[in-house]
Amino acid sequence: MAKITYIENNGKSHTVEVAEGLTVMEGAVQNNVPGIDADCGGGMACATCHVYVKDEWFDKINKKSEGEDDMIDQAYEPKKNSRLSCQIQVSPEIDGLEVHLPVKQV
Amino acid sequence: MIKTDALIIGAGPTGLFTAHQLKLIGLDCEIVDNLDKIGGQCIELYPDKPIYDIPAIPECTGEELTNNLLEQLKPFNIKFHLGERVDELKKDNEKWKVKTSKGTVFETPNVIIAGGVGSFEPRKFPTKECEQFENKTILYSIKDKKIFDGKTVSIFGGGDSALDWALELSKTSKINLIHRRDEFRAAQATVDKIKELSNAGKINLITNSQLKTVFGNGKLEEIEIENDNKETKKLKTDFALGFFGLIMQLGPIANWGLNLNKKTVEVDTEKFETNQKGIYAVGDICNYPGKLKLILSGFHEGALAARACFKLARPNEKYRFEFTTSSKTIKNRLGVKSD
Repeated sequence: MAKITYIENNGKSHTVEVAEGLTVMEGAVQNNVPGIDADCGGGMACATCHVYVKDEWFDKINKKSEGEDDMIDQAYEPKKNSRLSCQIQVSPEIDGLEVHLPVKQV
Repeated sequence: MIKTDALIIGAGPTGLFTAHQLKLIGLDCEIVDNLDKIGGQCIELYPDKPIYDIPAIPECTGEELTNNLLEQLKPFNIKFHLGERVDELKKDNEKWKVKTSKGTVFETPNVIIAGGVGSFEPRKFPTKECEQFENKTILYSIKDKKIFDGKTVSIFGGGDSALDWALELSKTSKINLIHRRDEFRAAQATVDKIKELSNAGKINLITNSQLKTVFGNGKLEEIEIENDNKETKKLKTDFALGFFGLIMQLGPIANWGLNLNKKTVEVDTEKFETNQKGIYAVGDICNYPGKLKLILSGFHEGALAARACFKLARPNEKYRFEFTTSSKTIKNRLGVKSD
């Protein structure tokens, strides 16, 4: 289990326990955290589970998947620290991870 | 007005196979899709990516799957209405009256929504100021390239659309090509060509930058871009084009009085009918306990929805279950010889 905190664009924060092996996207969807659409269901075929990861966490989580940046090009307001949350694996090492959600996904 | 036994919304794999099922049991159908091509997400999102979980097909790409489904539909003459979005759906006596964005009107007892995750729309610039210039000097698709002759055009994006248009328009216009990183997701040959033109000073290539805001009075005059180090730069321009791919919006489906769950439509698992009689939802857009967003599930759902359509389309006939291996009637419909 790892505690993941999702911070909405309006500052509202949601902390949930996510089981190891799931993705940060699944953690949000299964716990009804608003702001992560995940239209394609985790297939890296859309860019609607887009999150921003602060520098101190960016290097601790698993590296970007091949093609992930191509999808992030198509996200809403991509930044340098953009990730697709369906590609971030949950493990005990990322206990305490904070991700920030964009203004909107579509 | 077009009268048909069933109208399918969405020409993705589920919509195509549902059409096959309808025709096999002797019903007419027509298909509407907002995209200008057949194949839905398979063609728009992953035409070259292999799929490994289509029953009896060990491996095929989205494009191959679409072509095979079209091949399977060949015996039937199915009319497609592409580049049209279904905007209105109204009950008229016992039938549904359906109107598209191009004004086509259908009358049908059955509407099957095979709309995936909604209709594809271009991803727009997030900058609010862009709205006032939209469809005039800020564009997300090109209908007539002559309007750019001799003008300055700022193209945003790093995929094939952005790069192909930058190459094409560089023959007659002054081009700024702006991308948020320095890697491109376009074909390597195109990327090489862009770099060549950039080195020769024929295209102004700006990477690691994005649009910050726009200025103009009535028409676009100047754009301000910002790079990763938060440095800004202003560029005079006549047009700004954004090619950020497509996003999926539920769109008008949300206004048809259907029971929705997030972006999906609730159905039963016998007929895949919604809370409205004669309106069905199949494929990724439908939702029921245990729903799997797999292409194979869409095929199953379409087959059952097609049988449900029979009752409303042929109220005085009884549907008889038949196998394609043995039924003479079905073989006639397929145009193949029976033994």
